[in-house]
Amino acid sequence: MARSSDLSVIGVTKTFGDTRAVDDLSLEVPAGTYVVLLGASGSGKTTLLSMLGGFTAPTAGRIVLDGLDITLMPPAQRPTATVFQDYALFPHMTVAANVGFGLSVRGLTKPVIAAKVDAALAMVGLQGFGPRRITEASGGQRQRIALARALVTEPAMLLLDEPLGALDLNLRRAMQDELRGLQRREGRTFLHVTHDQEEAMAVADLIVIMNKGRIEDAGPPERIYAHPRTRYAATFMGESNILPATIGPGGAETVLGLLPVAGNGGTALAIRPENLTLTAGNGAVHLGDYAVTARVFQGAFARVAGQIGPLTLHLRCAPGEAPVPGQTCALYMAPGGATALSD
Amino acid sequence: MRRGAVTLAVLLPMLVFIYLPVITLVLFSLHDGRVPVPPFKGPTLEWYGRILTNPRVTTATLNSVMVAGVSAALSTGLAMLAGWGLARHRVPGRGLIEAMILMPLTVSYLVVGLGLLVATGGLVPKSLGLVIVGHVVLNLPLAFAILYVQFDAPQARLEMAARDLGASEAQVFWRVTVPSLRVALIAAFALCFTFSWDEFIVAFLLSGFDPTLPVVIWGLLRTGLDPQTNAAGTLVFLVSVAAALVVEGFLLKRRKDGPIL
Repeated sequence: MARSSDLSVIGVTKTFGDTRAVDDLSLEVPAGTYVVLLGASGSGKTTLLSMLGGFTAPTAGRIVLDGLDITLMPPAQRPTATVFQDYALFPHMTVAANVGFGLSVRGLTKPVIAAKVDAALAMVGLQGFGPRRITEASGGQRQRIALARALVTEPAMLLLDEPLGALDLNLRRAMQDELRGLQRREGRTFLHVTHDQEEAMAVADLIVIMNKGRIEDAGPPERIYAHPRTRYAATFMGESNILPATIGPGGAETVLGLLPVAGNGGTALAIRPENLTLTAGNGAVHLGDYAVTARVFQGAFARVAGQIGPLTLHLRCAPGEAPVPGQTCALYMAPGGATALSD
Repeated sequence: MRRGAVTLAVLLPMLVFIYLPVITLVLFSLHDGRVPVPPFKGPTLEWYGRILTNPRVTTATLNSVMVAGVSAALSTGLAMLAGWGLARHRVPGRGLIEAMILMPLTVSYLVVGLGLLVATGGLVPKSLGLVIVGHVVLNLPLAFAILYVQFDAPQARLEMAARDLGASEAQVFWRVTVPSLRVALIAAFALCFTFSWDEFIVAFLLSGFDPTLPVVIWGLLRTGLDPQTNAAGTLVFLVSVAAALVVEGFLLKRRKDGPIL
């Protein structure tokens, strides 16, 4: 039953007055990919989702799904389905009527609808919830009902607008796993919008970081986290120490001397706090003397701030090994710990 | 303690002022005597029996029910269409249209009644149909005010979701918009019904030979005080209270269910 499609976004622009919400954006998504559009509010991610769903018409550019140009196709005909941020469940219908709505308006017969609705509710773990009222459902259940309602129409692509934003932390984690599992089992393309970078890393095959209507960086989560391409991507995805640098074939020229870095070109260097250590391990690069100025206990690790030359750098270490403020120690960088960034 | 005493000193006369006429009306409808003046004697249901077998009163009651039902349905239906049209489509001069729909709220009933009388002057005979038109003019703004605020962003997303799931515009309207606004629709209908039910001025000016109940009661009053009038007034009052309870019940139920995500 799984059907999936390649998505091509070709030079899409959306302007609202003088603002370019989405600016000449192009993106290729292979069939069956879990894509997360990640960005701060105002980055254009929601506008892009809305154009994919057919609720907003692009000012320029084309959207092609499964070889079919859907740029101006109305939502009712489009082979996409959207899970809205507030779920937009129909309050006057039962759970089963909500899930079956898309089938009912297509004129399917009642027994067929009932069978498909039962299957869809089972898929999201809500067997037997059909006759209940929407107002009786909890936040997490509403989320699942909205998912079932969208998936039962067998969309070529499922669009999710901040789908976990209204849930508390534990439920959000559980639903992330479920979304990921559901996408794997169904094999459909999921396109999920969020501003939460941890959520993005937890579910995505492909993370697309958006800023000012453009793509800052796009790639698998591991690559994006370990080797962000731009300064914005490095600061948006977790914490990074950013060092101004001139990067050439021999490495990165910084105030701390010449540091080894992969790649050639760029204007800055990013070092993740966990790639800075106070012990000279195998292949570690000595950076200099580190005057510790602050230490914050964060549970599984301690976050330490200190001065090295003219720079303030942050590092993470085991709470038991954290130095106290006032102490000075040697600072090392783990091998391959630096990433070249462009603006 | 002192504040409580002051509150009571203000509140009590106010409550008496508001409710004494109603209480008197209801009490003396049960009065066992020819003239509804103290001291109270009774109680008796004689006057109710007489009023309910008086053909003028029963015909007028049916007229009133018909006028209130039809004018409330028309007001609610037109207000729903106006709200849907203005809220969901790009309409040039939307602000002006909204203001013009709401404007009759500020116009006196006498002006509306006289206006219709003059405007139709002789061409359209006075009739219940004309009363219905007058009541729609008076109640449409009220129904519009109740319904228009319902077309908010969450409601818009419900309709977007329906479209996204493949519904046609007609299916969106009849299967999502109308049923999801049913509480507001019932409230608007019930309010329009009560306002039409006991409206006198427009009905008096336009009803001609088929009077509504308030017009007949006014006619009864001209022959002097009579417990029959009290009984008729009480019945009018009870119908209004029932309609108000319907509205209250639906609105309270809505509140108890909480905001629907």
